[in-house]
Amino acid sequence: MRRRHNHPDVVPNHFHRQHTHTQTPSCPVSPLISSRFYTTTMPAPDKEIDLTERIEAFLSDLKRGGSGTGPLRGSAEMARETTALLRRIAAQARWSNAGDLMEIIRTEGRRMTAAQPSETTVGNMIRRVLKIIREEYARSRGSSEETDQQESLHKLLTSGGLSEENFRQHFAALKANVIEAINELLTELEGTTDNIKMQALEHIHSNEVIMTIGRSRTVEAFLKDAARKRKFHVIVAECAPFCQGHKMATSLSEAGIETTVITDAAIFAVMSRVNKVIIGTQTVLANGGLRAVNGTHTLALAAKHHSTPLIVCAPMFKLSPQVRSLCLPARGEILSKLITLFISNIGGHAPSYIYRLMSELYHPEDHEL
Amino acid sequence: DGLCNTDDIERSKTEGKELTKEEKQRLRKEKKQQKKNKEKNDEKTSHEGEKKKNKKKKEEQPAGSASQPPAQPSPKVPAPAPPPPAAAAVPVPASEAPAPADKPAKSKADLKAERRARQEAERASKGKKGDVGQPAPTGKLKAPPSELQPVVKRLPEHVQVDNPEVVKKLAKKLERQQIPLRSDYGYKVSLFSHLHQYSRKAPLTQQLGIPSTVIHPAIVRLGLQYSQGIVAGSNARSVALLHAFQQVIRDYTTPPNEELSRDLVNKLKPYISFLNQCRPLSASMGNAIKYIKKEISNIPSQCKEEEAKIKLLNCIERYINEKIVLAAKAIAKYSIEKISDGDVILVYGCSSLVNHILCEAFEKKRKFRVIVVDSRPRLEGREALRRLVQKGISCTYVLISAVSYILPEVSKVFLGAHALLANGYVMSRVGTSQIALVAKAFNVPVLVCCETYKFCERVQTDSFVSNELDDPDDLIVTRKGKTQLEHWQKVPSLGLLNLVYDVTPPDFVDLVITDLGMIPCTSVPVVLRVKNVDQ
Repeated sequence: MRRRHNHPDVVPNHFHRQHTHTQTPSCPVSPLISSRFYTTTMPAPDKEIDLTERIEAFLSDLKRGGSGTGPLRGSAEMARETTALLRRIAAQARWSNAGDLMEIIRTEGRRMTAAQPSETTVGNMIRRVLKIIREEYARSRGSSEETDQQESLHKLLTSGGLSEENFRQHFAALKANVIEAINELLTELEGTTDNIKMQALEHIHSNEVIMTIGRSRTVEAFLKDAARKRKFHVIVAECAPFCQGHKMATSLSEAGIETTVITDAAIFAVMSRVNKVIIGTQTVLANGGLRAVNGTHTLALAAKHHSTPLIVCAPMFKLSPQVRSLCLPARGEILSKLITLFISNIGGHAPSYIYRLMSELYHPEDHEL
Repeated sequence: DGLCNTDDIERSKTEGKELTKEEKQRLRKEKKQQKKNKEKNDEKTSHEGEKKKNKKKKEEQPAGSASQPPAQPSPKVPAPAPPPPAAAAVPVPASEAPAPADKPAKSKADLKAERRARQEAERASKGKKGDVGQPAPTGKLKAPPSELQPVVKRLPEHVQVDNPEVVKKLAKKLERQQIPLRSDYGYKVSLFSHLHQYSRKAPLTQQLGIPSTVIHPAIVRLGLQYSQGIVAGSNARSVALLHAFQQVIRDYTTPPNEELSRDLVNKLKPYISFLNQCRPLSASMGNAIKYIKKEISNIPSQCKEEEAKIKLLNCIERYINEKIVLAAKAIAKYSIEKISDGDVILVYGCSSLVNHILCEAFEKKRKFRVIVVDSRPRLEGREALRRLVQKGISCTYVLISAVSYILPEVSKVFLGAHALLANGYVMSRVGTSQIALVAKAFNVPVLVCCETYKFCERVQTDSFVSNELDDPDDLIVTRKGKTQLEHWQKVPSLGLLNLVYDVTPPDFVDLVITDLGMIPCTSVPVVLRVKNVDQ
């Protein structure tokens, strides 16, 4: 048996088969290998080790990033990595029915969100995958009411049995279906930036002055795409103390866009000359609000004062159900009444419509992981 | 003879000696001659009638100006100028109004007669008033000002940098005063192409010879301190300026055949141009200079030089004491009424007045804590933090991007001002309007503290038309070992904007605390009017 270096809150004791039932108080046991779930075919031990290693590496990455300078990678990359890891779990972990898989993913998900609470994309992807599993299970069972169950009160009253579903039925094709659906999700994730930037020309006309803050890869792609056909001017607020706006400005100016860097203090002073404000965000909340980089609230207030439209470019995987236990207090939130439009990979929406989109993406029981 | 004189003038210029009065007059005459010749050539191609009238006016002027003291053109139109054009304007519009309409119908003889009548009228009115030696405006102002008029203020030079004629005029004026012209630096953002942008690495003093006999060394030192940011802040700059002027007055001796009241004012003009080149003058400095000039011109001619100098030094001392020191005490007294125990006060940047108020309140045993908001690139809040913490006041320090995060726990916002404009707008360090905006959104009262000597007659509604652009290289910073903007000059479409001031609309400000009391923002023109009536 290999001795591995113990991280203080990570439990690698699933290696020790005789200790499978002991639990450390801080963290739940990873149920990847548990004597209850022995199937006839046991996957080779090195595959499990490989999977666990990957999970641990991912968790330590999460913990390292987000020290305030921003995550080590962009949100899109984080989403892709999370989904790839979840696909691997679905493929390589040992489970016999949907309920087991959901339990595994939920547990791993809780560890991931505990490692880095500010990285909400991870939690969002976990909820998406859980919803996928539910849907595939329902499809395998043949019931199509699964998707409609929240829509109709009548259905809720008549089909009371669905909520007691414990997903214990075994379906042979479920694994393949789930992995295929996760692959579709991955393809969707890869295309989000392209889908957003294709809408750029609809929103930017010539000779406009556009303001943005900090660095958002989505907004960068958006503006560069519009610059292919239109000439406009961009003002970037540098977003102290890390000044990510500088990198954004150099990148935009190298693409030939007329760019100006201003300090955060000058946002209100130049706002009277700005036609549109286009920003990215870290999270989109269910009520249409935002949680974004420091200084965005001031920018939104200044735009409201001058009646300048505020457009948020955010892919759907940033949409996050409001969870009260997040350590970021509600003070950092930007209210939806300050936002004019959301541009996402599925098109443009008003902030009042975001709650509907959320019900399509996540199941209400998964809001609390 | 002409050649000989110009050689002399060139020599004395290069030697850095001050031109004598005769040499200056000769220079002026030559330049006027050149201008006349140029306009003669212009006339041949354009309408003859109106140009001839202007030419006749100019021909009168060199004769008139020789007997007048050398008057140098200043950026502001002097007070006696409006009445003569008004007097001349009265007979003229009557005859001018029908003229343009009937022009093609009238004959040449009629036009000539009209012109002669006009010139007679003008000569008569000029003889009455005793004309100022003001150079006639160039072809721009062809039509006389209308009857409704006349606060025809000329636009200050520092907001017309994109107009090449104005730049040329300034260059000529500085050449005459023997002050080097400071050149703009770097790519200017198109929105601000009408303002100067200088680099701190190229101070004006590098181009001055040593010893510079044109500019007093105290002024040279002051200019350097301004341009390098060593003396910063509205009050500090004004006080430093007044002390430097006191030194100038102490070292001044009236040349023979000159009156102190006129000559000293003329001596100060190149100094003011020099300081303006080092760093644009603030509103408070402008008001102080106006006061000094007025005091100097009011010195009676029979006053002996020593007496006059002592009188002027006392005036300046009194001005500093009344308008700055005692005003600060009065404002502190009013403000302490507004600070209650348990308050959380937010301040922005380093305002000497606000710091003084907080220290006074702390000494009067009020219990409060302070949040200091700071912004790049000046980071003046650190100085304020240092001063407050030294006194023992408990402080928090944040950057301006976090202001909407901490505002829910703030009970009052105290802001300093650079100037208060006549339409109620507050001109202050860039970022002040932002703080006022966010405070308004959270319903936190905003109090502006400002002495009355900073009240200014200008009006402005946005931060573009008149501002100051600081060195753009200040925005460059190294983070995580990388300096992103290091080579910003090489990228043609990249510009850096380092604004110094912004204007806050009066609806964001709840109260202005001045040495005259606590007034709303909109009462500023009332105070200005009362002050003018007093003086």
